[in-house]
Amino acid sequence: MSDDPKHGIHHVASFDIHHSQVLNEHSELVAPLPYFTHEAGALLDLYKWMVRTRTFDAKAVALQRTGKMGTYSPCLGQEAIGVAIGHAMKREDVLLPTYREQGAQLMRSVAMHEIFLYWGGDERGMSYRDQRQDFPIAVPIASQVPHACGVAYAMKLRKEPRVAVVTLGDGATSKGDFYEGLNMAGIWNLPVVFVVTNNHWAISLGRDQQTAAQTLAQKGIAAGVPGEQVDGNDVIACRARIGKAIEKARSGGGPTLIEPLTYRMSDHTTADDATRYRSKEEVEHYKSLDPILRLRRYLEANKMWSEADEAQLKADASAEVDAAVEIYLGTERQAPESMFDHLYETLPRAYHWQREEVKNAGGKDHG
Amino acid sequence: MAEITLVEAVNLALARALQDDPNVIVFGEDVGANGGVFRATEGLQARFGHERVMDTPLAETVLAGMAIGMAAQGMRPVVEMQFMGFIYSAIDQIINHAGRLRNRTRGRITVPMVMRAPFGGGIHAPEHHSESTEAMFAHMPGIRVVIPTSPARAYGLMLAAIRDPDPVIFLEPKRIYRMVKQEVIDDGEALPLDVCFQLRDGSDVTLVTWGAMVHETLQAADRLAEQGISAEVIDVATIKPLDMDTILASVAKTGRCVIVHEAARTCSVGAEIAANLAEHGLMNLFAPVMRVSGYDTIMPMFRMEYDYLPSVERILSAVHKTLEAS
Ligand SMILES: Cc1ncc(C[n+]2csc(CCOP(=O)(O)OP(=O)(O)O)c2C)c(N)n1
Ligand SMILES: [Mg+2]
Repeated sequence: MSDDPKHGIHHVASFDIHHSQVLNEHSELVAPLPYFTHEAGALLDLYKWMVRTRTFDAKAVALQRTGKMGTYSPCLGQEAIGVAIGHAMKREDVLLPTYREQGAQLMRSVAMHEIFLYWGGDERGMSYRDQRQDFPIAVPIASQVPHACGVAYAMKLRKEPRVAVVTLGDGATSKGDFYEGLNMAGIWNLPVVFVVTNNHWAISLGRDQQTAAQTLAQKGIAAGVPGEQVDGNDVIACRARIGKAIEKARSGGGPTLIEPLTYRMSDHTTADDATRYRSKEEVEHYKSLDPILRLRRYLEANKMWSEADEAQLKADASAEVDAAVEIYLGTERQAPESMFDHLYETLPRAYHWQREEVKNAGGKDHG
Repeated sequence: MAEITLVEAVNLALARALQDDPNVIVFGEDVGANGGVFRATEGLQARFGHERVMDTPLAETVLAGMAIGMAAQGMRPVVEMQFMGFIYSAIDQIINHAGRLRNRTRGRITVPMVMRAPFGGGIHAPEHHSESTEAMFAHMPGIRVVIPTSPARAYGLMLAAIRDPDPVIFLEPKRIYRMVKQEVIDDGEALPLDVCFQLRDGSDVTLVTWGAMVHETLQAADRLAEQGISAEVIDVATIKPLDMDTILASVAKTGRCVIVHEAARTCSVGAEIAANLAEHGLMNLFAPVMRVSGYDTIMPMFRMEYDYLPSVERILSAVHKTLEAS
């Protein structure tokens, strides 16, 4: 509506949503290399972590397919986002992830075999021996967003220069938890970054049926939280924008919502069959935007990467993943009575007999 | 006449209801093109159109709340919650509105809605996908909680739930979605709500159960029969309101009762049944009422889920205890 003072109408608010890209789908720089790339090896680091993540991911799918693991949610095609998050966060920050942030989790010292254990139906896959602060993945969609605000509030109150990073999907932006958390972060200027991965699908529901809003980024605006889009298959842009948002939050600048645009290349999970609801052509199209290939071509063109380097990386990644598989498959199942052991700090007397009963039954794996 | 599974019977009943009553609509996450993650709504959108079979955004609160609004307008919404583990943000709407509007308005506004959700463990599903929290809903005034355990009962009870003038939480035991096939006649005939189904006649002990545990309970009854013990098996079916008459009559006959459920023990529907037996059937009991249940723990992830779920052995051992007691 245009200004029309004669009729009492004044323009009171407006907003813009920006989209950033550094490396386009032809692996050409369309913007200057961001500051973080000045750090030696930064680009190679991103590349290696993406390849590691994909190698891990493919093995997880294979384990499920061969009956050695349960349902799994692959991150195929979305590796750039997790890796950008992992690279941009500091160790003392806190990640509150969903189930496609394997890249970030691995970079934050969650062990590969722990992720296998989780999807293999074992709680120890959430105990994270080397990562004591991050939350385990949240399965009830969007329910982790309020936690991130709580984590961020604690950091702020104690005047610690730390940041909470919460990830969620396009589907999650329809839930109240998300809006409620966003609103809180806006009012209290919390040190939290919302990474809303728009992979165009929430199981079988396409992005355009999820919301009539033009972008997901603009959902932040209503809560007074700046929102922006970034090419989610451009790891350089993702790392730059997410890093910037994290440092802004760290220095008291408040929350940011970042919407990386990407595509879920896999089925929703190994229990899903995406051919029921989306076209082959669409999937093919996104294949050409692959984040790993994009960076590799750039690195090769700039003589930073060779065939030999690639072969070595693939071999190392496979060996690392295979070693994790060995640990996973060699992990004895938990004693059945352990289901009582982390229920409370000390098991109330009322439940002692139940624990005894389970113990005496002596558990066994079931087909 | 083809034999069909429990989940196919749900589908058949939904199709029949959509066919017979223009007020019936079916909606939820992934129920359209995908036919529901368990295929309970397979083919319905193609057959009845996008306006009556709707894929929705990921937002359980609004799904429940919209169903209430639609129902208040005389529609017959059937809303799917993808898993019981994701029903909880809808609880505000169920407890504060679905169950109360009739009472608050002295009958002016009613809520004939059905909320479907698959529940229970035993299928090696991920975290949050295996719980049985039916007792929470049984605790809420003004709603019904119905659980089918065979294809025929799924068909008949689903039609009854849709036609019922009050809100029904319809919980589908997903472990037995495809376990048995049975001939189901698509005649549009509903089964009665609010009554138990006697699955087996017996004289020595009454086994009371619901949901997927019907399977283990019937197996236990078979094993007992081999030992010369005659077990009556009752499928509660509607756990709210409870048909205590049928259970009390059975226990008056057998004098012993074992209640089997996979939900956690404390404040379970089993506790309610046992309390009613103590109040109204104590003089007929030869032995204490026993419960075989899930434990008061978090439902373990799948490597230990069968350590949690009642087994045939646990049922048998409870039955033998009641037999020894007298
Ligand atoms: C509250 C809730 N409702 C439903 C589900 C079932 N479910 C799991 S993932 C998913 C879709 C999520 O889509 P999105 O947020 O876009 O994340 P993506 O899977 O694309 O990474 C649904 C409906 C759930 N886990 N939690
Ligand atoms: Mg998505």
